[in-house]
Amino acid sequence: MLEIKNLHASVEGKEILNGIDLTVNAGEVHAIMGPNGSGKSTLAQVLAGHEGFEVTDGSVTYEGKDMLELSAEDRACEGVFLAFQYPVEIPGVSNTYFLRAAVNAQRKYHGEEEYDAVDFLSLVKEKMKIVEMDEKFLNRAVNQGFSGGEKKRNEIFHMAVLNPKLSILDETDSGLDIDALRIVAGGVNKLRSKDNAIVLVTHYQRLLNYIEPDFVHVLYGGKIVKSGGKELALELEDQGYDNIREASDSAVAV
Amino acid sequence: MSEELKTIETLTKSEYKYGWTTDIEADSAPPGLSEDIVRFISAKKEEPEWLLEWRLKAYRRWLEMEEPDWQNVHYPRIDYQDIIYYSAPKVKDRPKSLDEVDPELLATYEKLGIPLKEQEMLAGVAVDAVFDSVSVATTFKEKLAEQGIIFCSFSEAVHDYPELVKKYLGSVVPHSDNFFAALNSAVFSDGSFVFVPKGVRCPMELSTYFRINSAQTGQFERTLIVAEEGAYVSYLEGCTAPMRDENQLHAAVVELVALDDAQIKYSTVQNWYPGDEHGKGGIYNFVTKRGKCAGVNSKISWTQVETGSAITWKYPSCILQGDNSVGEFYSVAVTNNFQQADTGTKMIHLGKNTKSTIISKGISAGKSQNTYRGLVKIGKNAENARNFSQCDSMLMGDKCGAHTFPYLEIKNETAQIEHEATTSKIGEDQIFYCNQRGISTEDAVNMIVNGFCKEVFRELPMEFAVEAQKLLGISLEGSVG
Ligand SMILES: Nc1ncnc2c1ncn2[C@@H]1O[C@H](COP(=O)(O)OP(=O)(O)OP(=O)(O)O)[C@@H](O)[C@H]1O
Ligand SMILES: [Mg+2]
Repeated sequence: MLEIKNLHASVEGKEILNGIDLTVNAGEVHAIMGPNGSGKSTLAQVLAGHEGFEVTDGSVTYEGKDMLELSAEDRACEGVFLAFQYPVEIPGVSNTYFLRAAVNAQRKYHGEEEYDAVDFLSLVKEKMKIVEMDEKFLNRAVNQGFSGGEKKRNEIFHMAVLNPKLSILDETDSGLDIDALRIVAGGVNKLRSKDNAIVLVTHYQRLLNYIEPDFVHVLYGGKIVKSGGKELALELEDQGYDNIREASDSAVAV
Repeated sequence: MSEELKTIETLTKSEYKYGWTTDIEADSAPPGLSEDIVRFISAKKEEPEWLLEWRLKAYRRWLEMEEPDWQNVHYPRIDYQDIIYYSAPKVKDRPKSLDEVDPELLATYEKLGIPLKEQEMLAGVAVDAVFDSVSVATTFKEKLAEQGIIFCSFSEAVHDYPELVKKYLGSVVPHSDNFFAALNSAVFSDGSFVFVPKGVRCPMELSTYFRINSAQTGQFERTLIVAEEGAYVSYLEGCTAPMRDENQLHAAVVELVALDDAQIKYSTVQNWYPGDEHGKGGIYNFVTKRGKCAGVNSKISWTQVETGSAITWKYPSCILQGDNSVGEFYSVAVTNNFQQADTGTKMIHLGKNTKSTIISKGISAGKSQNTYRGLVKIGKNAENARNFSQCDSMLMGDKCGAHTFPYLEIKNETAQIEHEATTSKIGEDQIFYCNQRGISTEDAVNMIVNGFCKEVFRELPMEFAVEAQKLLGISLEGSVG
C-alpha cells in the first residue's frame, strides 16, 4: 500500500528526515516510536502533504501512485488520514458541518453523490458509537474549547466517519485518561480491517497493549534505526533509548 | 441670514438668471452642481415647495462645508462639478437580452445561484421578466396596506404622505449633519419610505429587492423608516447582487425612527463594484446611517455585510434617547485587493438603562486596508448604561492591514463598558487541517471565514445569510494559496 524509499525532508533548510525507508501493506499495523524531536510528526505531516516541509530526496508510492505529486486534499481523498498530534481549532464551524464538507469533498472526488444534512446525520450518529462520543460534540465548533483528551477522541471520530485506507495516528494516546484510552483504542481496533493499514506514532507501550502492532520501528535523528516485532516496544519500555542513541551516534561518528 | 450666505444666494441666483436654464423636459441634467440643478431635480420630481426649500438649505450649507479627511482611507479628490446629479433611467440603453450583458457579471450571478429571470431583472434587461416582479410587488403592497403599512419609493411618499415625510425627514440626520449627508439632502434622487403604524408587526421582511423601481435608483438614495409605538419591522437593503455601477460616488442617507416599544431591524448586504484587482474603478460608498430610539423600550438593530465598493465609509449609529432602549450593531467588512473600508458605529446613550452591543468582524486580504472605528458615548443623564463591544480582525496574507479605533466618551459614572478585540491571521495550520480531511483550500478559507463571521450572520434573515456566505467566498476568491 505504502512504500517510502530514502525519504529526505527539510524545513527552512534544516534537514529533519534523512533517509526513511518503510513499507506498509494492507492489513498491517506499524508502530513508530522514538525520542522527542526525532522526526515522527514530521514524517506524518510529510506523508499527509504539508507544504511547509520540502522533500529533498527519495520517493513515496501509495497504491501504485507517486504520492508526492498529489496535493494534501487529493491524498485525503485517496484515503490517507492523519490524526493530528495537535488537532486544530476552527471557531464558528460545527464539527458536523466540517465533517460533512470533508465527506462530501471526498465523495465528489470519487464521482459519488453528496450527502444531504439528514442522511449525513444518521451516518454520523452511527459512527459516534465507535468511540462513544457524546452528541454534544457534534454541534460544537471543531475542537474549540475541547479538552486535550476530547480532541484526540474527536480525531478518531473523524477517522471513523471518513473510513480511510491508510491512517496515521500521531500520539493519539497522549492526553487520554485510562478509560478513554481503552475506548478510543477499541474504536481503532473496530476500524481495523484486512484492507486498510495503520501507522501509530506513540511514546508508550501501553497503547500497544490495546492495538497490537505487526511491526515496531524506532525513529532517531530522522532515520529508522531499528525495526522489529511488538516485543521491540517492550524492550524500549524497559531500557529507554540509550542503547539506540549510542549505537546510532557511534555509527554516524565512524 | 449671515453675510456669507447672502452672497452665495445672490451669486447662485444670478447664475440662475444667466446661466443654464431649467428644462423640465430633459432626461438628464448636465454635469455639475448649482442651485439650478437642485431646483431642476425638485421640479422633475414635482416636489412641494417646502421640500425644495429644504434641499436648497442643505445645498447652501454644503457649499460652506469641507470634505472630511480624517478617515483612514485614501482617494483622489472628487470633482463635484464633474458629476451628473439627475438622470432618468434610460430605457433604450438597457440591454435587450442577457447576451448583451457583461459575461463576467453573469458569471457572478451564476455563482450566487440567482435564477435566470432575476438575473435579467438585476442586469436591467428590459423584458417581460420584470413584470413578474412588478406584480409580486403589487401583491405585497396590497397585503401591507391592509394593515396600514406604507412601503413605497421616497418620491411616492412625498406625494402621497407629505405630512409624514415632513415630520420625520431630517429628524435623525439633519440636512447639515456632515458633508455627504448635506450633499445627499440637496440632490437625493429617490429611495425608500416605510411607515409601520402603532401596534403593527410587519408580517414580512421588507426588501427593496421586490421594488423594481429601486433597481435603477441612483447614487444619492434616501431611506426613511418609521416604526410607531409597539410596531416591528425588518428591512433588507438592496438586492445582494453585484450591480456594476459606473458611478463613482454613492452617498446615501438612511434614517430610522423607533417610537415607544418599537423595533427596527435593518440588514444590509453591500456588494457594489469593488474595482478590479489593480485597484481601478469601483464605488466610493460614503453613507450616513442613523437610527433614533426615540421612545422607551425601543430597539434598533443594524446588521451589515460589506463586501463591495472600492471605499466603504459608514457608521450605522444609534441614538438611544428613550429609557431602556437598545442599540445593536453587527458587522462583517471584507476587503480584498486594493479595497479600503473605514466602518463601525456610534452608540449614543442618552436615556437611562440603555444598552448597546457592537460585534464587528473585519477580514482583510490582498493589499486592502480595513478599519473599525466606533464611538460609545454615555451622556450625563444616562444612568446604568451598558455597552459590550467585540472587534475581531482576520488577516489573510501579509500585505493587508487591520486597524481598530474604539473611542469612549463617558459622562456618567454608572456606565458599564466592556471591550474585547482580537486580531488573527488565517492559520495555515487550519487550512492544512481542512486539506487533510479532503477539503480544498478555497473551500477551507470560505469555511474558516464564515465561521469567524458566524455571530453576525446569525443576525441576518435566513436567505440573506446564505447569500452573504456565498458573497464572502466570491470576494475572497484567490486570496490564499
Ligand atoms: N517548522 C519547523 N521549523 C523548525 N524546526 C522544525 C519545524 N518543524 C519541526 N521542526 C523540528 O524538527 C524536529 C522533529 O520534529 P517532530 O515534530 O517531527 O518531532 P517528533 O518526533 O514528532 O517529536 P515529539 O515526540 O516531541 O512529538 C524537531 O527538532 C523540531 O524542532
Ligand atoms: Mg510529534
